Amino acid sequence: MSDVKIEGFELKPGFKGMAEDTGSDQTMFKGVQWGKVMMWIFLLSDTFVFSCFLISYMKGRASTVVDWPNTSEVFSLHVGSVPVPLLLIAIMTFVLITSSGTMALAVKYGYEKNRKMCGWLILATAIGGLTFVGMQVFEWSKLIHEGVRPWENPFGAKQFGSYFFMITGFHGFHVSIGVIFLFIYAYKTFAGHFDKEKRGWFTTMKGGYVEIEILGLYWHFVDLVWVFIFAFFYLW
Amino acid sequence: MSDEYNQQNTPLEAQSSETMSGSSGTPSKDIDYVRPAEIPEQDLYHGHSFITKWVFCQDAKIIGVQYFLTAVFTGVVGLILSWLMRLQLGYPELVPFITAEHYYQFVTMHGMIMVVYFLTALFLGGFGNYLIPLMVGARDMVFPYVNMISFWMFFIAVCVLMASFFVPGGPTGAGWTLYPPQAILPGTPGANMGIILMLISLSLFVIGFTMGGLNYIITILQARTRGMTLMRMPLTIWGIFTATALAMLAFPALLVSCIMMTLDKLLETSFFMPSILQAGEVLSYEGGSPVLFQHLFWFFGHPEVYIVALPAFGIVSDLISVHARKNIFGYRMMVWAIVGIGGLSFFVWAHHMYVSGMNPWFGFFFATTTLIIAVPTALKVYNWIITLFKANIRMNTVMLFCLGFIVTFVNGGITGIFLGNVAVDIPLSDTYFVIAHFHMVMGIAPLMVIMGAVYHWFPLVTGRMLSEKLGKWHFWFTFLGAYSIYFPMHYLGFIGVPRRYFEMYDSPYVTSAVGMNEFITLAALIVGFSQLIFIYNIVTSLKIGKPAGKNPWKANSLEWLTPDVPPTHGNWGEKLPVIYRWPYDFNVPGAKEDYITQTTPPSEVINAEVEKT
Repeated sequence: MSDVKIEGFELKPGFKGMAEDTGSDQTMFKGVQWGKVMMWIFLLSDTFVFSCFLISYMKGRASTVVDWPNTSEVFSLHVGSVPVPLLLIAIMTFVLITSSGTMALAVKYGYEKNRKMCGWLILATAIGGLTFVGMQVFEWSKLIHEGVRPWENPFGAKQFGSYFFMITGFHGFHVSIGVIFLFIYAYKTFAGHFDKEKRGWFTTMKGGYVEIEILGLYWHFVDLVWVFIFAFFYLW
Repeated sequence: MSDEYNQQNTPLEAQSSETMSGSSGTPSKDIDYVRPAEIPEQDLYHGHSFITKWVFCQDAKIIGVQYFLTAVFTGVVGLILSWLMRLQLGYPELVPFITAEHYYQFVTMHGMIMVVYFLTALFLGGFGNYLIPLMVGARDMVFPYVNMISFWMFFIAVCVLMASFFVPGGPTGAGWTLYPPQAILPGTPGANMGIILMLISLSLFVIGFTMGGLNYIITILQARTRGMTLMRMPLTIWGIFTATALAMLAFPALLVSCIMMTLDKLLETSFFMPSILQAGEVLSYEGGSPVLFQHLFWFFGHPEVYIVALPAFGIVSDLISVHARKNIFGYRMMVWAIVGIGGLSFFVWAHHMYVSGMNPWFGFFFATTTLIIAVPTALKVYNWIITLFKANIRMNTVMLFCLGFIVTFVNGGITGIFLGNVAVDIPLSDTYFVIAHFHMVMGIAPLMVIMGAVYHWFPLVTGRMLSEKLGKWHFWFTFLGAYSIYFPMHYLGFIGVPRRYFEMYDSPYVTSAVGMNEFITLAALIVGFSQLIFIYNIVTSLKIGKPAGKNPWKANSLEWLTPDVPPTHGNWGEKLPVIYRWPYDFNVPGAKEDYITQTTPPSEVINAEVEKT
């Protein structure tokens, strides 16, 4: 929502506009709802969480005494009897990125007050997320079946198992939380809570379609983090 | 002032903010013009039952008091632990139940409680919640419900922490830095349940704090009242804001290190654990890096120092300005110094690790950044002193605590410059010099501010003044006592007495350190007991204190200008206040009184030579 109109204030583009907004009274981010700023700042904080995880992983991987396992073998799937590296992970990534697309469309239809379309797209996003988590469960159980554990790894360095389960687990936890909220929001959209500006439980704050955008921010963030995890774990 | 001075006095052009001058078509003729409101009125949840009003309360002021009381409770526990430690150091084997294991547990819990659960929660949770909405002119925090959850997460974190005193093996005794591998190996007290509960409690604290921190940041950025620009905010708010921003970026590192250490303990992963031979037996750990933990911990730990210090800087600036009846010298410089210190604090963490065996060039880099931080910090000290220079100082308890803060802070700051240099730090590392340094700079100095702030804002919270007479006794006991505790510790450090030692046994230090240690212990007991004066003062003043009335200190900032004193839920009655100036217009030439409140419109002070803010 870029075209915000505020009485007595002319929003200017570029760096100058940013400086003026910062120097003005009342709000720093003109016309941006509180919840949206909250999500951005929370995501900034969460970025630091994942950065700490990934930097620790890089340090751990760079300094192991035993060799790191060959990722294109460990993560390969057998199609017939031919091992195809990165097959599962390519599908997982594709599903997750697609769900980002449906989420973006849901936000668009939400602002257009197209309740049905918005609800279905949120539901599609939720199912995409669920599929992703399901495939992650499959990947985990495959690795566990082959003997990889957080505390041991038959293919090489111990830390492979520890970091892999911890970081993908933490990301999967984020996705799962997102999926739960997506289902709740799909229900809320279909029930028309945002059209009616129904107030939140215990909070008396008015609801609105901006909440879908806020949830979307979270979802895109989770996708973006996956891109980094994908790059660092599977391509390195 | 001469007549000539008055003639130069041009009519004020202070519209709501400087940025307005460029806007087209605004009625700038009216000098009292302030831009119309751009944020809709906030709907508040008003509690009706006892539980929603006082327990699960969504009013930031009550939440602030809840935070304050919980933090003070943990602080008292920390104080008692420090007594027990001092008893052992001053009079070894006087108290039979203080064994070496217990001593290490006391050290650990004292450190962790004081830094995280006491100071951080008190400044940001306590003062932040109470003051932010009042000082920026908001009705409440932007997410009152999340704010309430934040307090209860903190409360659970405190409960988990306290529970660790009662589990088998007791609380962890790994030192407050919880360095692996020893933190989770047998031989360290509390290496099973103790450390696990500590890590869980810290994680809960981080989660709860994140909820609160989002509230503080967004209330300050997005919920200010009309006319309140960032550069008209009291420095208290700047300090709390920057500290919260630091916390949002630093606590993730703590959370990550807690998660990884919990896994090392429970699942025997080897994130931080190298190969270890224990009692002739090879443990299952292999290939981890203990130094990684130190990096993660101090990436949190150093900003944490400033999370405690920056709100103290901000609050003390406001207290000094009000009680010296003078505007704070160099307001903008003060703001940029706070922001600069905050930014720099992320690039100095490894100065805690000079002896960890990292690359010497690393030490070179971190020594440089550490010393650069001294620049904005010294700038702030100069500004406080210049503010006091030729000011109309009220020598009340609040001012005494502010002066006490400046003295202890300068003392601790200077020893910080010693320790920031690698070559000086290495011999002083892990001696009492370090203890003296950080207790001066982030123990006593922020505590002075907290106590000054309590004397200052108690009338606002309760509507009654604290007793000045008791307050002065309290100040002199605390200040002189605390100095007698920590000043001799510098000497102990120089002669090489190591910190964290349970007993000195027959080491050569004993002869020269014994008398000093006894003296410090006595001082610590006296300072601790003198806090009873403070508690007595608070408890009696609640009932029999002099009624404060409105704005007893004749301050300018918004929190004193609420229609009801003490402020009620929603803070501002019917209409939100409108702000025309910064909160430091004291003793303005040409003004009728020696203060001009933030809500006084320019048309009422047309002849006064006010700062254009």
